[in-house]
Amino acid sequence: MPVYKVNVLIENKPYISDPEGDTILKDLVLKGGYHQVRSIRVAKMLKVEVEAKSVEEAREMVRRMCDELRLYNPMLSICKVE
Amino acid sequence: MPIRIGIVVFPGSNCDRDIYHILKNIMRVDAEFIWHKRDDLNAYYDAMIIPGGFAYADRLRAGVIAAFSPVMQVVKRLARDGMPVLGICNGFQILVESGLLPGAFMRNDSLTFICRWTRLRLDVDGSRTPFTLLLDKGSIINIPVANQEGKYYVDEDTLREMERNEQIVFRYEDNPNGSLYDIGGVCNEEGNVLGMMPHPERACEIILAPQHMSNSILHGYGDGIMIFRSLISYLYAKGEHHEPYR
Repeated sequence: MPVYKVNVLIENKPYISDPEGDTILKDLVLKGGYHQVRSIRVAKMLKVEVEAKSVEEAREMVRRMCDELRLYNPMLSICKVE
Repeated sequence: MPIRIGIVVFPGSNCDRDIYHILKNIMRVDAEFIWHKRDDLNAYYDAMIIPGGFAYADRLRAGVIAAFSPVMQVVKRLARDGMPVLGICNGFQILVESGLLPGAFMRNDSLTFICRWTRLRLDVDGSRTPFTLLLDKGSIINIPVANQEGKYYVDEDTLREMERNEQIVFRYEDNPNGSLYDIGGVCNEEGNVLGMMPHPERACEIILAPQHMSNSILHGYGDGIMIFRSLISYLYAKGEHHEPYR
């Protein structure tokens, strides 16, 4: 069976504060002279290799896995399967 | 039959032995470690304590991997049957990730590990949980926190529901980590499951809890002892045990 690479992006919902992103922006990026940068949000990415019959099946399986095994916390985060 | 309390141990738990010491040597009850791979318990336990530490090194998210361990499926069943379950620090995170308690944890506002004494106020009647039985509503106890992902979060609707159901048990007087609504401890709707971020087991003895950090009425003990005394009183009051001669 072919192996597909599926990326899972886990990021906090837009209204949840992200002190790490804020610190990177304020204390590194803006101080470093990149004044054009408006915001930075930190996210986590899982690179998953999965056996499946098709890319659709691979995505669906990874999606199900993320929900079932709480790879992200639905109260805080959103999860995009790409 | 003596009181017997189970202490669940995960790879990375590090407060299990402190709790064992308090239960055995100060409270004088039986305590046993329960390894996380156990999916059946062949002994009777009166209560379960999920200790602090860094189960599975907090990988992915504090508490989530432990929440799927075999022993937690047993703890979930026992909790639903009414057994008193206390989760401390990482144990609180595990109870949240298991769905036994509402909410979620985020990294502290400071992004750093915070280890310091906090003043914790009981925001419900003491009788709301077995672990607060001997405390009066509004009383303040001094207990240290030690966490990095200790900022409690819950969505607006759930918070309102928790307020209505009197599930917000402890609130910080001096919020150390940015927890929403100063929340330091919550219980389930039934009241038998309590999660708290501060470590009562680190505040039971005067050698660890300096005099000025303890309520003076406790004479030689730190405020954390009230959590364990409450549990033991609750279990004796159920009438299945006789108080041992001390």
